[in-house]
Parts: sequence; structure tokens; C-alpha cells
Amino acid sequence: MAEGENEVRWDGLCSRDSTTRETAMENIRQIILRKTEYLRSVKETPYRPSEDGPLNAVSLDGLNKLLARLLMLSKRCPFKDVREKSEFILKSVQELGIRIPRPLGHGPSRFIPEKEILQVGSEDAQMHALFADSFAALGRLDNITLVMVFHPQYLESFLKTQHYLLQMDGPLPLHYRHYIGIMAAARHQCSYLVNLHVNDFLHVGGDPKWLNGLENAPQKLQNLGELNKVLAHRPWLITKEHIEGLLKAEEHSWSLAELVHAVVLLTHYHSLASFTFGCGISPEIHCDGGHTFRPPSVSNYCICDITNGNHNVDEMQVNSAGNISVSDSFFEVEALMEKMRQLQECKDEEEASQEEMASRFEIEKRESMCAFSSDDEEVTPARDVSRHFEDTSYGYKDFSRHGMHVPTFRVQDYCWEDHGYSLVNRLYPDVGQLIDEKFHIAYNLTYNTMAMHKDVDTSMLRRAIWNYIHCMFGIRYDDYDYGEINQLLDRSFKVYIKTVVCTPEKVTKRMYDSFWRQFKHSEKVHVNLLLIEARMQAELLYALRAITRYMT
Amino acid sequence: MEKMSRVTTALGGSALTGRTMHCHLDAPANAISVCRDAAQVVVAGRSIFKIYAIEEEQFVEKLNLRVGRKPSLNLSCADVVWHQMDENLLATAATNGVVVTWNLGRPSRNKQDQLFTEHKRTVNKVCFHPTEAHVLLSGSQDGFMKCFDLRRKDSVSTFSGQSESVRDVQFSIRDYFTFASTFENGNVQLWDIRRPDRCERMFTAHNGPVFCCDWHPEDRGWLATGGRDKMVKVWDMTTPRAKEMHCVQTIASVARVKWRPECRHHLATCSMMVDHNIYVWDVRRPFVPAAMFEEHRDVTTGIAWRHPHDPCFLLSGSKDSTLCQHLFRDASQPVERANPEGLCYGLFGDVAFAAKDSLVAAESGRKPYAGDRRHPIFFKRKLDPAEPFSGLASSALSVFETEPGGGSMSWFVDTAERYALAGRPLAELCDHNAKVARELGRNQVAQTWTMLRIIYCSPGLVSSASLNHSVGKGSSCGLPLINSFNLKDMTPGLGSETRLDRSKGDTRSDTVLLDSSATLITNEDNEETEGSDVPADYLLGDVEGEEDELYPLDPEHVHPEEPEYVLPQEAFPLRHEILDTPSGPEHLQDKADSPHVSGSEADAASLAPVDSFSLLSISHALYDSRLPSDFFSVLVCDMLRFYAEQGDVQMAVSVLIVLGERVRKDIDEQTQEHWYTSYIDLLQRFCLWNVSNEVVKLSTSRAVSCLNQASTTLHVNCSHCKRPMSSRGWVCDRCHRCASMCAVCHHVVKGLFVWCQGCSHGGHLQHIMKWLEGSSHCPAGCGHLCEYS
Repeated sequence: MAEGENEVRWDGLCSRDSTTRETAMENIRQIILRKTEYLRSVKETPYRPSEDGPLNAVSLDGLNKLLARLLMLSKRCPFKDVREKSEFILKSVQELGIRIPRPLGHGPSRFIPEKEILQVGSEDAQMHALFADSFAALGRLDNITLVMVFHPQYLESFLKTQHYLLQMDGPLPLHYRHYIGIMAAARHQCSYLVNLHVNDFLHVGGDPKWLNGLENAPQKLQNLGELNKVLAHRPWLITKEHIEGLLKAEEHSWSLAELVHAVVLLTHYHSLASFTFGCGISPEIHCDGGHTFRPPSVSNYCICDITNGNHNVDEMQVNSAGNISVSDSFFEVEALMEKMRQLQECKDEEEASQEEMASRFEIEKRESMCAFSSDDEEVTPARDVSRHFEDTSYGYKDFSRHGMHVPTFRVQDYCWEDHGYSLVNRLYPDVGQLIDEKFHIAYNLTYNTMAMHKDVDTSMLRRAIWNYIHCMFGIRYDDYDYGEINQLLDRSFKVYIKTVVCTPEKVTKRMYDSFWRQFKHSEKVHVNLLLIEARMQAELLYALRAITRYMT
Repeated sequence: MEKMSRVTTALGGSALTGRTMHCHLDAPANAISVCRDAAQVVVAGRSIFKIYAIEEEQFVEKLNLRVGRKPSLNLSCADVVWHQMDENLLATAATNGVVVTWNLGRPSRNKQDQLFTEHKRTVNKVCFHPTEAHVLLSGSQDGFMKCFDLRRKDSVSTFSGQSESVRDVQFSIRDYFTFASTFENGNVQLWDIRRPDRCERMFTAHNGPVFCCDWHPEDRGWLATGGRDKMVKVWDMTTPRAKEMHCVQTIASVARVKWRPECRHHLATCSMMVDHNIYVWDVRRPFVPAAMFEEHRDVTTGIAWRHPHDPCFLLSGSKDSTLCQHLFRDASQPVERANPEGLCYGLFGDVAFAAKDSLVAAESGRKPYAGDRRHPIFFKRKLDPAEPFSGLASSALSVFETEPGGGSMSWFVDTAERYALAGRPLAELCDHNAKVARELGRNQVAQTWTMLRIIYCSPGLVSSASLNHSVGKGSSCGLPLINSFNLKDMTPGLGSETRLDRSKGDTRSDTVLLDSSATLITNEDNEETEGSDVPADYLLGDVEGEEDELYPLDPEHVHPEEPEYVLPQEAFPLRHEILDTPSGPEHLQDKADSPHVSGSEADAASLAPVDSFSLLSISHALYDSRLPSDFFSVLVCDMLRFYAEQGDVQMAVSVLIVLGERVRKDIDEQTQEHWYTSYIDLLQRFCLWNVSNEVVKLSTSRAVSCLNQASTTLHVNCSHCKRPMSSRGWVCDRCHRCASMCAVCHHVVKGLFVWCQGCSHGGHLQHIMKWLEGSSHCPAGCGHLCEYS
């Protein structure tokens, strides 16, 4: 059996031209049927020499991978013809007596019921164009996209930026970009992103050896490890010495442009990891943990569910709890709106003294540093992500933010619009513009609704969330009264924000469910968008300030 | 001196004096402002707010306005302004959104006068009315501008920019009621102070935030704006539509802009990031700053001219915690460092040379041959005495044309178009190219191609016919004959090349070498240039070395056994054909400096003993097998280098591509890349895009082949509304129509679109062609009789 002719080419499916897709699909069908036939023939000859065993297993494994991929296509391809054809192939394989996979879990997100999320195939023209773009660029429609499509305006900018960062002109080679993505995601043990990018990394010709750990990667990337670590957990500690260390390492040194590209990638993936955990993104169907070949009778569980304490039982409880407290949570929304109204009105009445204002900021900052009691038990990262990437030992204890003093960063002295943008755009043209747009869209996104209320000006709430996150990073806006945060964000919401931003791997479904109970899922996703963009901007500000200091 | 006297009059008798100096502040400055008397400057920052007296030799701290036990955010200044009418009045904008006024006349230590806490966000800018004593304007991050009357407790009027944030506000100096404001979204608005409901005029000035603006002190309606997009633009506001009059491109986002007093076209800028210098531009010369101040070590945050009628003193504050006074005469002038000479050569061998007048005059006096240049044309720019740099700007442009026909490059174009580089067997390619070269009268090149085929191709393909075109026929007399021909041919080339080389350094010698009608020009100067070395060496090696050795030898002297050894090496089955057809003498020349001479040459042109010896020793070893073509690769490489040095990169690259792996490894990557890029550059200058693309495609050098992988995006505009089509496939966002449709198949045309210029219907090239076979009417049914050329 010649391997060459069984090499499956998936790229034809990404074409917008339906005939190209059809031929590609037909090609795949033939290969799969051939493989299936081969396996069957092996099975039917009863006495085989034992050394054929491993070979058999290998080809079965290969077939299973193909089938998983087909399953993904049958569910997630934006093109109807491909979906139908994939399903048809799967069926015919099943008829031949081969076990076919089925998706695990409940849609793209574990937190959001599948029925709430847009089904592929029922999207409108604008979304379809987005999906098709995304599919054409990556050959998949990932779960992140499916969740973000709640906010198509943002999604478009997000995809454009991500596509530019990963695939367009830039100083770093393609496999470096994916590897940096993996490094960043692994900092938060985000197996979802790591899996995705391991595939991409191999696809663009990355050396599989690197995946065994950072120490197997080139020295240049190893040098980046430190920055990655600091940036992910304590960005305020970045100094120009870090930058200098990277730029002046003889043959392993980074160029400024490369460094800016790397920094943008790191911050992008740190915050994307936040989103992944914050919205409970499920593993991709074709990746490990996204599908199973077991028949449905076996109790279905997902490895991530276990590590995050999200058993089905758990979900049930929360659901029932949710039902009981509907009336409570109704009042929550009302109370929040009332507070916003009050703040709006009495704005000019009494002005807090300067010291008062300063201390409010300090209080918020300190409080955000405090670990939250119940959820703080050390999670030993048992997933194979940790295998990929260096010292989990270093990570969590040392980096627990408890009792840390964070210096204050005055945004009036170094802000994204004036300084960060100019620097990024100078060293990595066009990206500054893209990120700037993304920040703007995320910050200004509003539908003027809150839960069941319409025509609400949410700018105050959005600003409170944004500034609260920056406050956690020690970034202070002189012109903001941090007392507002306390008024607008209740405890459970703060816990959620803190967890998502600082230690996303510890987010549980309970946290997700327990804040803003009356709000829609799309609004919770909106909150997540604010969180990740604010986090990205905060990290970028620290990193770029260090670069600026290095340059002057 | 002239200037000083003028200043004196403007200042009313008291001339400003001082020197370039700086003083250290305790903290980074955010803004500075000068007192009316030009003797004091106020510096404000996050943790500094001080007044300095400007003395002859130094700055002296006069007053610290930052008093009180606790640092208050009200003192964290984003901007400061000193009233131009009242020496005691200052205003600051605080980062927490407060506008504070200060009265220096207050007897107490705390000079704080009034506090306006109306803005919700950081106030970016404050501005006093130039003539009115009590009117103060502020612009804030919250998108509002407020006008305060200092006699009242709160604002008189509020102007809403309907935008995220105001970056700058400036009262017009000439028009009493007008002020300009700039916004983060790139807009500039013009307001009438009496009409807070809506702005008088609004236009988009920059892409991205507009950080600053400044009204021209004299010209009514001139407004300079600076933005994040690294541009400074000067607008004429007197016309109904704001007209962009000048645009200066800087290297970093522009943080401040200030017109220079008494110099109508000058303005000073400093940048927000990365670049620490202050530039003074003449807006009419937007490429090189007129002056540059390089004192600061961190970004400059505030600039101010010391006196409204003195163009010589500039004050600046910076993040590096220094306050500087710059004197214009101490400024560095980048134009002095600029290269005052320019040189360019045209496609057809014309050379243009521009230099300062003085330089040209001096040079032509020194070098007598200047007169011999064929058609020197001199242009002289008419000078505007009002313009700056008049001394520097006067320059002469000389253009040297080659004689019509003489420098024609048509052979290059023809060759490029007709050469076959790939897609056929090597032998055919060589034959084809040889034929092309021959038809264009380039026998040497043709011969080279033939030789290449002989060297690299299997014997079966050799035919006597293809070899029969060589210049010399006789077996032994060919060589001297050809040599003399070559000498004749080369001499004019050599002469003219040297001449050109001297005049400009890197003329492409190929234009000259093949310049058949070039008159013989001798070298007046005996200085040898590099370019002339090569052909000279080559001639020496060929004529004097080789010929002297070869000439005395008779064919009879050749070792009788030799043909028997040689022929199998070359694996030529038909011996007598080879004997009949002497190799091209050009080929021999090409390889003259190499000890290896091919067998056929040895046959025809009576080998030197050394050569035959080397051949013999090798041929013994390889008697049975064919001589590997590697044997010649050194030779071929030398040949390629020779062509390249002569300037005929076309040949070098073509051979490189045709031979591919056979020679590639023997020439280092860098040289190859160099050849490729020069050839591609040439091709593109002749608009031979297809050929150049083919060359890029066929090249194996990584740097070259990625040339056409960069920026491969093609942007398409909607054919109806001219809007760029965004990523939404082929449907226009705005008019919801598909892009150009094919009139035949009614699908969107995504590739080549051909249309009739008469009725503007069209479609896929193939479809239209097919359609026109059957009917000459327009496929769209419009009844037009379409014509396509």
C-alpha cells in the first residue's frame, strides 16, 4: 500500500469554488474507502503473523484521524455541500463495519448551551462570509469563532488581526509564530489552544522535536521564555533589561521588529487563553477529547470537565439553583441599573477629595491582588500541556499574586493611543492599526441592552470593567473614580474577572453561572471580549513601555 | 546680523540675547509656555510645576507653584498656558479633568486661583483667548470643549465634538470668534465661540488622531495640524473647503507644532514617540528639515518660541527632565549633510548628473575631457530668491545622451523576449538561444550557447549543421583571425567604457560594449578605472598570452594520439565533423584564462603543450567513460563571471537558468543573487514583466524567488461605486452588486476581464473569444457590434 496516494489533501475544501471542493471531497472519499477496505481485508484473514499487529494499529489510527476530521467537517464546515458529503462518507464507512466517531461534549462551549449558540448552516450572509473567510484561512472553523460570532463586528476584526499575525507579512517565520502561540497558551495550560497550534505548527513545517519542551527549541525562542512568563503573570516587572537581554544575545538575538511581533503574539495568546477558559471553549471535534469512538452508552465525560470540577452533576445543581433564584437575579439587574442611574446623576454633587480618590484606586488594586479563598487550592496541571512547556514548578506558587505590591502605571504617561500604537506601527507596520481597531471595537461595542432592558447606556459599566482590569495590572487612569467599580461590579463578578484575567485555568462553570445570572450568554461573551482586550492592552503597555525605555 | 537688526526693531529696542543652554528639572515635563515678556518660562508635568527665569547664561528657578502638603492630582498637569495679555495669569489642564487657573499676583504662597471641575475625563489642552483677558478654552478626553469666563465660577458654554476625545484647541489669532479643535478620530473642527450648538466646519485632516494644531501668526486662515500618521499638514481655511496646501512627512507621530515667528513658511515640530529631536521645517521643502535640534535624550513634550517676533530662540521641555533654550544659529542643518550630487542612468545609456553649481564649475575646469562628452545638456533651476537654502539649492543638471542608435538596447529586449529558459531539453534550449543570438548578430553569445550544448549534452544530439555557423572556418588560421577581429571590436568598447566609468562610476558596460557604431574615443586621462580593467585583462590574456603560445604551434606538432583520446572524452561519435567544425573562437577566449580547453578546440586550434598535457593526463584516466561535465564547470563559471563583469548579466543569468544544477553549485549564492536581481531590475526597467516574472520563478535563489511572493494581494474596487471591495467575496458592501459580471456566463469575473470599449460589456477572455467566433454582436444583447483588437 503506497503511502503517497493515500496522502489526504484537505486544502481543496477551503476553496470558495464548489467544483474544487467537490473534487477534493471525492478524492478524500476514495482514499478513506480504500483504507477501510484494506483494514477489512486485514481483519478477515484470520491468521496473520503477529508482526503485522503494530502496522495494523498504525493504519487504524490513521483512519481514525481522518474520520475525526471528517466528523469535524460534517459539523463545522461553512459550506453545505462539504457538510453533507462528509456525513455521507461517514455513514458509508459505518456501513462497512468500521466504528465511526461522534462528537463529545455539548457544542463549542461547555458553559453555554449548544442551542444558544449559532448553528453552522443557519448563519446570515454576513456571518457566512466571516465563516468562509475563517475556514479558507485556517481550514477549520474553531469553537472560539463560533462563540465569538455572538458579536460579528468584533469577530471580523479579531479574525483579521489573527490572520495577519499568523499568516501575513511579518518578521517572524511561520512556524515561529505558531510556536510562540503555543508557548503563550501553555503558560495558562490552555490545552485547547496548544492542540490547535501544535497542528498548525506541524502543518507549516515546524520541527516536531521542539514540541517536547522549550529546551528543544532554538536558543532564540528559549530566551523568549522568561518574557513570556513575566508577561503572562506579572507584566509590571518587565524592565528594559529584559528587552536588552533579548536584543543583545549575539547570534541568538532578536531584532526589534521580531520582538514586537513576538510580544504581540504572546499577549494575543495570553488573552485568548483567558477567553478560552472564560467561555469554557470545548476541545475541537477533531482534536483529542473532542470526539469519541465509544458508543454513546458509556458515560460521557471530558477530561477538562474533570480537572475543572465540572461534572454533569455539578451542572445540574447550578441549573436548579439558577431556576430558584430567578427572582433574586431579576432584582440584581434592577439594582445595577439603579446604581448606574445614581452615579450618572450625582456625578457632580459631591467630589471625593484627592486622597480619597487615590486610596480608592489603591484599595481596588490591593484587593485584586488578594487571592480568592475557595478556589485557590493548587491545581497540579496533569495535562500533557505541561509536558510541552517548562517549569510549571516555577509558575503558580511564585506567581500567585497574593500580597504582591504592584507599582502604579499612569496611563496618562504612556497610553496605547499615543505611544503604544506609534511604536508598534513603526516596528511592525499595519499591526498597530489592526490592534487599535480591535481595541476600539471591543471598548465601544454595545447594543444598548442590559439583560431584558433596552436603550441603556452601558458605557459606564463597560468603562468600569475595563478600568478594573487595568487596575489589577496597576494601571491607573487619573480621571477615573475607582469608587464606581465597587458600586457597579459585585463580588461574584469580580471573582470571575479576576480569575479569567489572572489565572484563567481556574475558571469553573460555577463561576461563569454565578455572575450576572439574568444576563444573556451573548452579554457574558461580550464581557469576556472586554476582559481579553483589556488584558492584552495592559500587557502590551508594559512590554512596549519597556521597549521604549530600551530605545531611549 | 541682518536678522538681529530686524528683531531689534520688532522687539522695540530690547534685543533678546542668550545662548543655547539647558537646565535640569526634577521631573519629566509635559508642557511649557512662555510669558509675554519672553523672560520667563513655565514648565508643567505630572510632578513638576515651576517658573524659570531665562537669563543670559542660564535658567534660574523663580517660583515653584507646586505647594501644599499632599500631592494632588489637580497638580498633575497635561498642559499649561501663560496668558499673552496678562503676565500674572496661567492656566493648567490636569490629568484628572480639572482646569486650574493661577494668579501670580496673589500674595500667598499658593497661587491657585480657580478650579473648574466640569470635565469628566483628562483635559488635554487649555488655551487663552489671544486678546480677551478672561476667556479660557479647554478640550478634554470626554469629547467636550468648554469656554470659561474667569470672572465666573463655571463654564460659559460647552461645545460637543460628537467624538471620543479632543486633543487640541486653539483660538484663531486673526479671527476674534473662531477657534479650531482637533480630535482623536482624525477630524478638525472650526467653531464660532458664540455658537456652541454646532461647529462651523469639519473636515478629516489625518488618518488617526490629530495631536496638535497651530494658527499661523500672520496669514489669516492658515492652520497647521500634526497627527499620529506622522504628517504635518498646512490648511488654508479661507476657502469654502479647507484646502491642504503643504504636507510634511516626518518620521514619527507629531506631538506639537508651532509656527516660527517672522518666517512665513517655517514651523517647528516635535514627536510623541521614538524620535527626540525638534525639527524646523520649511513647508515648501518637506523632505529635509531646515534645522534640527538634537539636545534632548528623551521625547520632547513641549516647544515654544521665546518671543512672538523673534525667530531665533526656541524653548523646549522634555521627558528627559530638561528644559532647553535652542539658538537657531546652533541648530544642525541636515541639508548640509545631505548628498549634494545625484546620478542616474537611463535605460538607453543616458546618464544624468546633478551637482552643486560650484562643484560642476570647478570640476569641468579641472578635467578637460568634459567637453568631449557627447551631448551634454545643462539645465539650471530658476531660483526663487525668497526661498531658503538658496546657496545650496542652486544646482546644475547635466544629461549625457548616447548617440541615437548607438546605445540601442533593442538587442536586450529581443533577447529577453525570445530566449527560451526552460521547458525543453537542454540541447534544444541551447540551440534555440544560439539561434536567437545569431539572428541578433551576437555571434560571440551564439557561439557560447553552442559550446554549452556541446559540453553538456549527450552526443546524439550534436549535428554538424548547428555547429556550422562559426566565424572562422579554417582549422589553424581561425584563431589569429578572430582575435584581430575581436580586438577591433573591443577597442571602442573599452574606450567608451572607461570614459563613462570615469564620469559616473557604474555605467552598465554592456550598453557600451555592444555599441557597434561607437566612435573610438581615447582616454585623455590615464587613470584606470575598475571597469576597464576587466576587458583589458581579458584581452591581454587572450591575445598576448594565449596567442603567443598558440601561434608558433603547427597542427602537425600536436601529439598524433590526441584525437583518439579527446574524442571519446567528448563522446562525439563522428570524428570528422568535429575536425571540420572548429570551435567558436569566442568560446576559446572566454576560457582563455583557464587551463582547460575542450577537445574540439584542441583539435581545431592547435593546443599549447601545457593544455594537451593536462588533457592527456585526464583522458587516460577516463578513457572509457565520458568526461564528466563537471570537468567544465570551472570553465563555464569563469565564462559566466566574464559575461557578468562585462555587464551582460542577461547572458549570465540565462545560462545559469538553462544549465540549472549543473553549474549552480559552483557559484556562490550571493553572486547568483546579485546577477538575478540586476537582471530582473533591468527587465523591469524595460517593462518586460512577463520575462522578469519567469526569471523570478525559475531562479533557485531563495531571496529572489520570494520576490514575487511578497504583497501578492490584489485589491479590487467595485466597478459601480469605486469603493474598495472588502473581504466579503465579490459583492460590494455599498451597492450590493456583484463585481464585473461576464456577459456570456453571467458569473463574476475573477481573473482577466476583457470588455468592448464601445458598449462596455465584456467578460471572461475565453468566453468572449468563443462568443465572437459565432457572432459579432455584443453578448449582453445591447445590439452593439463589438470590436476587440
